Amino acid sequence: MSFISVFDVMGPNMIGPSSSHTAGAARIGFLAQKMINGPLKKVEFTLYGSFSRTYKGHGTDRALLGGIMGFSTDDMRIRNSFEIAEKKGLEFTFTPNELETDIHPNTVDIHMVNESGQEMTVRGESLGGGKVRIVRINSVQVDFTGEYSAVIVTHQDKPGVVAYITKCLSDRNVNIAFMRLFRESKGEIAYTIVESDGRLPEDIGVTIRQHENIHEVMIVQM
Amino acid sequence: MDFKNAKELLTLCQDHQLPISEIMRQREIIVGETTDESVNSRMARVLEIMKDAAFSPVKTPVRSMGGLIGGEAQKLSRHLASGKGICGNVLEKAITYAMATLETNASMGLIVASPTAGSAGIVPGLLLALQEVYDFSDEDIQKALFNAGAIGYLAMRNATVAGAVGGCQAETGVAAAMAASAATELMGGTPAQCTYAASTVLMNMLGLVCDPVGGLVEYPCQNRNASGVAIALVAAEMSLAGITQLIPLDEMITIMFTVGKKLPAELRETALGGCATAPSACESCHMCG
Repeated sequence: MSFISVFDVMGPNMIGPSSSHTAGAARIGFLAQKMINGPLKKVEFTLYGSFSRTYKGHGTDRALLGGIMGFSTDDMRIRNSFEIAEKKGLEFTFTPNELETDIHPNTVDIHMVNESGQEMTVRGESLGGGKVRIVRINSVQVDFTGEYSAVIVTHQDKPGVVAYITKCLSDRNVNIAFMRLFRESKGEIAYTIVESDGRLPEDIGVTIRQHENIHEVMIVQM
Repeated sequence: MDFKNAKELLTLCQDHQLPISEIMRQREIIVGETTDESVNSRMARVLEIMKDAAFSPVKTPVRSMGGLIGGEAQKLSRHLASGKGICGNVLEKAITYAMATLETNASMGLIVASPTAGSAGIVPGLLLALQEVYDFSDEDIQKALFNAGAIGYLAMRNATVAGAVGGCQAETGVAAAMAASAATELMGGTPAQCTYAASTVLMNMLGLVCDPVGGLVEYPCQNRNASGVAIALVAAEMSLAGITQLIPLDEMITIMFTVGKKLPAELRETALGGCATAPSACESCHMCG
């Protein structure tokens, strides 16, 4: 069982009204923007389950958009995130999807486009009490919580790549807390997600990227 | 310095001759691998947010996002000022601050989920009222918040604090148990008396359903933060008077969890039962479209 801090009980410090529908939503948005290079030009949110039915009354929309702009759960700017996004020239839309029901009740898909035209879709679930997890990046199923700093590596599904990644990390004295490997199909694109204790070295992404079968490295610092 | 249940917590208090709050604070530093300063400054920030959230709507009422609540705290405060209150100073202030905190929460203000957003008024409501009436320092209240955190941690670890899993008894019930224990320590009670107070609350709120109108954290949530504060105060008073409980806290936490899991899904935060289906409530709420 993972450690339950006194501040998990007396917390999170958050903009109301709901830890799952507001704080969790802000958290998912925050994690999503960490996975793509900014600045963002356009973001489309698709809301499922309870999110799709009650998002206005819970400020889920403001919280998601605030998170996308890098606001944490206790940032008062969440209340004015629509106005702030408009000023920044960030386009945004919210689309409730009530047809798909075989899904966690508080789920959102976030489609992001940055100024250089790069696109990415991230699916997040809000689990309650402000806890969230990211379950999909583009078309690949993943699973990480954002409670730890993470390295997300997009690579070819070939022998030796994972060993190379762990060697890069051990060379820099990074302790691995959790590690998972996902792939689309054999020999095709794969994703390795490594969660670590403490902050990651700033240049670790550049080091890992040097391998010929590694396409992209994202660093999500917590 | 770690503990899994109230029994182990009381043994630690006994062995080290320390109150629950200090055991919980040291657990955070040692097991959470952090520093004394970091833990203290984080809890100071928690108290600061709690005060703003509890005091602001008394002066400046705000309408909730869903439009179901707003202005209750100011009404209570004016009633108290008129001298016509019937609850007595501590409880009158406590219910005012509890309702105010939910008003802040429902209008997208900054709050501390303690343990959840929907039950965020109870712990600050009671502790801030006691601080005003008995002149406690901020440091005293921060200590009490560690005590509250210990009880909430036990419920989170061994049961649930999610309305969707255990009903309102898991949210406002646990919050009131936390407040009762913290108030007991603050007013000079022993660690065992703190756990009796918490146990009393869970007993008295057993089976309370989660049935938010329109699925919003507004109504009846705000009312139940006021009543939760009252139940906490009664339990602390009983315990401080020396009344012990037949059923210890660990057993009450298990019982609360067992009862929660037996509640039908309609009565666990789905807005498909209880107050959420009252014809008058449905008429005034437009969430279902």
